[in-house]
Order: sequence, then C-alpha cells, then structure tokens
Amino acid sequence: MKYIDEYRNEADAQKVLAMIRRTVTRPWTIMEICGGQTHNLIKFGIDRLLPEQITLVHGPGCPVCVTPLELIDKAIAIARRPDVIFTSFGDMLRVPGSRDDLLSVKARGGDVRMVYSSLDAVKLAQKHPDKQVVFFAVGFETTAPGNAMAVWQARQLGLQNFSILCSHVLVPPAMEAILSSPMNRVQGFLAAGHVCTVMGYWEYEPIAAKYRVPIVVTGFEPFDLLQGILMTVQQLESGRAQVENQYTRAVRREGNVAAQKLVAQVFEVTDRKWRGIGEIPRSGYRLRDEFAAFDAEKRFDVGALSVQESPLCIAGEILQGLKKPPACVAFGKQCTPEHPLGAPMVSPEGACAAYYQYAGGSKQ
Amino acid sequence: MIATCPIPISDYPHITLAHGGGGRLTQMLIEQMFVPAFANVALETLHDGAILDVSGARVAFSTDSFVVHPIFFPGGDIGSLAVHGTVNDLAMCGARPLALSSALILEEGLPMQDLWRIVQSMQDAARAVGVPIVTGDTKVVDRGKGDGVFINTAGIGIIPAHARVAPTRAQVGDAILINGAIAEHGIAIMSVREGLEFETQLQSDSAPLHDIVARVLDAVGEHVHVLRDPTRGGVASALNEIAARARVGIRLNEAQIPLADAVRGACEILGLDPLYVANEGKFIAIVAREVAEQVLATLRAHPLGKDAAIIGEVVAEHPGKVYLRSRIGGLRVVDLLSGEQLPRIC
Amino acid sequence: MCLGIPGKVIDIQPNTAGITMGKVDFGGIVKEICLAYVPDVKIGEYVIAHAGFAINTLDENEAREVFETLKQIDGLAELTNDE
Repeated sequence: MKYIDEYRNEADAQKVLAMIRRTVTRPWTIMEICGGQTHNLIKFGIDRLLPEQITLVHGPGCPVCVTPLELIDKAIAIARRPDVIFTSFGDMLRVPGSRDDLLSVKARGGDVRMVYSSLDAVKLAQKHPDKQVVFFAVGFETTAPGNAMAVWQARQLGLQNFSILCSHVLVPPAMEAILSSPMNRVQGFLAAGHVCTVMGYWEYEPIAAKYRVPIVVTGFEPFDLLQGILMTVQQLESGRAQVENQYTRAVRREGNVAAQKLVAQVFEVTDRKWRGIGEIPRSGYRLRDEFAAFDAEKRFDVGALSVQESPLCIAGEILQGLKKPPACVAFGKQCTPEHPLGAPMVSPEGACAAYYQYAGGSKQ
Repeated sequence: MIATCPIPISDYPHITLAHGGGGRLTQMLIEQMFVPAFANVALETLHDGAILDVSGARVAFSTDSFVVHPIFFPGGDIGSLAVHGTVNDLAMCGARPLALSSALILEEGLPMQDLWRIVQSMQDAARAVGVPIVTGDTKVVDRGKGDGVFINTAGIGIIPAHARVAPTRAQVGDAILINGAIAEHGIAIMSVREGLEFETQLQSDSAPLHDIVARVLDAVGEHVHVLRDPTRGGVASALNEIAARARVGIRLNEAQIPLADAVRGACEILGLDPLYVANEGKFIAIVAREVAEQVLATLRAHPLGKDAAIIGEVVAEHPGKVYLRSRIGGLRVVDLLSGEQLPRIC
Repeated sequence: MCLGIPGKVIDIQPNTAGITMGKVDFGGIVKEICLAYVPDVKIGEYVIAHAGFAINTLDENEAREVFETLKQIDGLAELTNDE
C-alpha cells in the first residue's frame, strides 16, 4: 500500500535504530501520547528493539480509557431504552461501566450498533424517523471535525431524532497536567500525529518552552515512530527543548483550518473529567448552546446515577505514565480482557490491553 | 459429576457474542463446561472432528452450525458455507468425506425463493465434492426467533492409513504452511454489514479443501503432523490452540503471510488484525521440515493453493505461545483474543 | 487515537446532502469518505482518512523527504566505520 509500505521497510527501520543506539548516552523517559502509537510500538515489536536506556511510557492517549465512568453509565442507560438506536465506534462497546457495558446491553436486546463514521449514524436517523438515534461522540481532537460535521448535517437536514453523547478531550491540557505533576518523570514527548494533522502544533510551543521538554510530532508507521524517537533523543542529548515535526507529510504548523473552523462553530472548550485522573480545566469540548437540541445528555433524562470504580484499578497512574501495567496487582489476575476492571484493559489501544495482548501478559 | 454451573455466573450470567468469537471465552465454554460434562476420550482430543475406531476402520465424525448473516454474501451463501465447512472439518482429520446430514432451522416468514436458492446451493456444493446429503431435519421457529435460517451440517469420512494427523503431533522443527491469502471470508462478511460497506466487492474464500488435502497426504503421508482450518478466530486462534495442545512454541514470519491488497486495505481502515479474521477456504498444515518444500509445491500445483506459503515454524522456546517476527524485524506475542475482534478508530 | 490511513481520491461528489463526499481507494479497496475538510483536493491526490473523514491531504514531497535522513545516516556510518 502506497504511503504505508515504504514506512515498514526493515532495512530502513534498522538504520534508524542503529542511529538511536549511537546517539543515546544516558537513560531517557519518553512518553507517546497517542494510543494508536502505543498499539503500533508494541505490534511491530519496536519497544523490544529500542536500547535499554530509553524508557517508553504510555500516556492518556486513549479517549476511550479517559471517558468518565458517569458518561459510560449514561450511555448504557440511554442504550437500554426501547426507542433508541445507540451507535458507537467499536472501541467503546466493551468498556466497563459501573455494572455493565454496551455489548451486554446488546445481549439483552438493546439496539446497539457499530458504525465506521459519525455520518453513518446520521443516515440511520434519516432511515428510522420513528427511533431516536444517539451517537457516542468520543475522541480527541482528531475525531471532533467528524462529529461536528454530523451535528451540522443533522441540523441542515432538520432531523429531530438525532443527538450525540459528547466526550471529547484535548491533548495539550493533558500534557500540561502530566508535566506539572510533582511525580512527573517524562522528559520528552511524541505528540499525536493525527491530532496535530487537525489542530497543528503551534499549541505545543509554549508547553515545550515552559517545561523545557522536547516535543516531536510523530506519525504511526514503524519508520515514523523510530524517527520520532530519534529526533526526541537527539534533542535530549543536546539539551534542546523544541517542537519539531516528524510527520511532515500530513502535519502543517497551522493544522487543517477548515476543520478547526467547523469544530469551533459547533463545539466550545469546557472543563472535563478524565477517568482515572480527575478534572482538568478547559480540557474538553461540549456542544454550543445553539446546538443544544443535539445534546443527548439534555434530551434524555437518565436520572441520578451512582458510579462505582473498581478499588483495584490504577488506570489513573497508568494513563499518566507513572506506572506500567505489569506493576498493577490486578494485571493478568482479576483484571484481564475478559473481566476488565478498567478501561485501559479493554480499549484496544489502552496500555493494559496492549501489554496483555502483545507483550504476553496472559499466564497459560 | 458437576452439580453446579462451572462458568462463574457472577461473571457471565448471560451468553454474549464474545462466547461465539472463537477466542478465550469460547474456549472457556468448551473446556470448563462441555468437555467435563460430556467426558469422553474422543471429545477430549478437541480437534476439528472426532476420530472413532469402527471395526478397524478409522471414521471421522464432525458437526458444524452456520448462523452467518447476511445469508447471501459475495462468494457464497449459508448453504454452500455449511457444506464446505463440514467437508473441511473432516478433511482436517485427514478424512475423505463419505456422507453429510443437514438440519435446517427456518424462521417463519423466510421467503420460499430464498430457501430454494440455499438448497440448490447446498446441492451444487455437495455434488462438486462428490458427497451426498443423506439425511436431515427441518424445523420452523416463530418470526423474530431465527435470523432467517440456521443450518447445522454433520458429516462422516474415512481416514486412509497414511493419514496420521493430530494437534499433539506438532514437533519442534516442523514447518507451518498455509494454502493461500488470509482474512478473506471475515472481511467479505463484514463488508456487507450495515455501516461498514465498501464500494469494492470482496469475495468470501469459502471452498472445499478435501481434494487439496488428499493430494498433500498422498504425497507425504505421515510427515503431515497437523491440519487445521482457521475459521472464526483466524490463524492466530488456530495456532494458539495447537501450540497449547502440543506444548510447543510457534514462530510466524509476518512478511511471509499471504494477504491480498484489498483485504489488507480493509483491515487497515477498520483497524483489524488479519490474523484474527475468519477464513473458510484455507487450512494450515504443520509438516516435518524435510518435506516442507515438497508440500509447498503440491499446494501451489492445486487451484486452491496458488498463493501457498511457508509462514512459520514450530520452536522449542516459549511452549504454548505464538510469536510473530514483524515486518521490520521486531518481535511480538500473538495471543488469543477474549472475544470478537471489533473495528476501532484509535 | 487515531487510525488514519492514506488513500487515493478517485471520485468527488459535491453537495451530497449538503457536503462534499468522495470515493477513496486504499490499496485496492474503495470506501466512501467525506472530503469536506480537503476542499481543494483533486482526483489522483492522496488524503489521510480517519473514521470516514479526510483530515488532510498528503504532501507527496514531504513523504519522500523523511527518507533523506537515512542518507545522512549512511554517510555517518561510512565516516565512523560503524556496523
């Protein structure tokens, strides 16, 4: 496949690895923010190929993992209603709420459907005027343009039966929350390539300056990841702390302005609670007042919900890169992909699931 | 005798789709509920079919149920799938198919034309294989209780003397081969599910493997140690089961695994790993190293084996586990999934 | 977060229910993708598609440029007589 295969070439990858080995003289701790990057680092075995001095910690780049428990419980309550077709990306379906998950709701007769694009949910609303179609709008900035478009199109079409349950989170505030923690060990970041494709990377420049950390916007293919790590290590070894762009084929400093415009029309920045971390100010999106009609939280009164996290789950520490999954007492025992206690074990790019599946966490 | 349900009710008070996915939860049902409840040696081998000794002849006996939706899909339908599926299970025991049964559970309201199409498809498939459908059953359930049609087929076959296959026969040093490109069936089915449609039509690879298997067995006989068709759960699940049963390690080479461009594109877009996607016209052969090239040539000479490849080997390290050498030379575990693999956006 | 895959635009349909949609070819498989966020894209160009939306066009020059560092690495290797 063009623009994929070239970045999966073994000889090229080995060359960059050799360069990394030659450059590294001291231990460094680097965080990759994006769950998709975590997934690929382990899937291609890059984590095992890197020299030992480089410690990769996996950040909270799994929007599924950080969606607040209350919202998952609300999603489940809405999906249970007989007049609702509840639509979602595949990632969200197995994430445990306080007592249940969306797939179990489906098992008991709820109309829960997986979609590839938010526009598929809008199509469903057109096709089933007698039903309420709700779309679980989860994601970082990458997915916001798509979700904004769905709401915008629903309004254009005058749909009365479409709404979204919104759980958008933003990367820069999360990065700052991690860097400002007294327990922070992260010295350099691989910034999320597709988030930056939409938003650009100018927002990271004040962060790099304030906390004196190199931030390298990185793609997802093995060559991209290795080159991003190389660029980060080169900065660390030479004492620099700048924002650089490895993923130049997709990312421009200003990002995709057309996408940012519609996002700003439909959404506004708000404080958001991150599961396992807590509330981070101005770290999420919510629908603007003029689109309130499309807000599923307002449309459906699901009553008071009592949420209940597992006491064993240390998802917060995992998401902030303070601990690795094998350090959790429940990892592989009480908490497995079959009985997940928290979201990072279920979401395909959650750190715990990635460790379990690819790094051989299961005990047989 | 087990008096209480062995599956912890607090964990799974209901069956979920994951229990049918071919991964860990399916295994749990089989190993913790069915095998102990039915308790017999033939079952405990847990191969694609049971091998029974009948007055000196070795008879393979297998059954499979088909619940695929939609019932008509590119490259086949539930009828041809049902015939090929059981023929293939018998072939994985090394057997030549002798006879099939077919039980239909029809949903009230199924158009008669659809039933006729399916029945003709079954007959065409059976005739092409040369195996008669000798007995069957038909039931009708209320509207809303049946998803159109469910089919169960069962089959018997005779295992020739030179065929000695069993999961436990995999040995360190063996070569692992597959007869062609993976993930075609699962992606073809997914591509006609609402919300995931592609503009390109992808065909299921549903096909009967009795003949290509027979050619391989005729060529190298007992040097074929294991045969397995990687249906639901894909190549990854099939190899994990074999690794566990034979207590050997398996190493796969990603660069050697055949994958068609369009199928690969579909997997990339949906975020699916092709190793876990179902196949219906493919089989894995684990053979003694010294006959690997000969088996490869035999496969490639057959219409159903043109893209055959040696994809890995059986190793002494990490017994019970499957590892993959990635395209760039890295290493990762290929573990069993707990349930169905779902498309992702992240 | 963000499974984004490069694909080639093979068809553009302006104003389908108010937005520009199109067909994108991902190595042999074609899917309908929303092209509203790449208004200047032309047939034959590549985009990065995520969850049914093209989030940017792919710069073919830059795509090749990243491999320039490899040449530097080769040069360095000769100098230091490594590997």
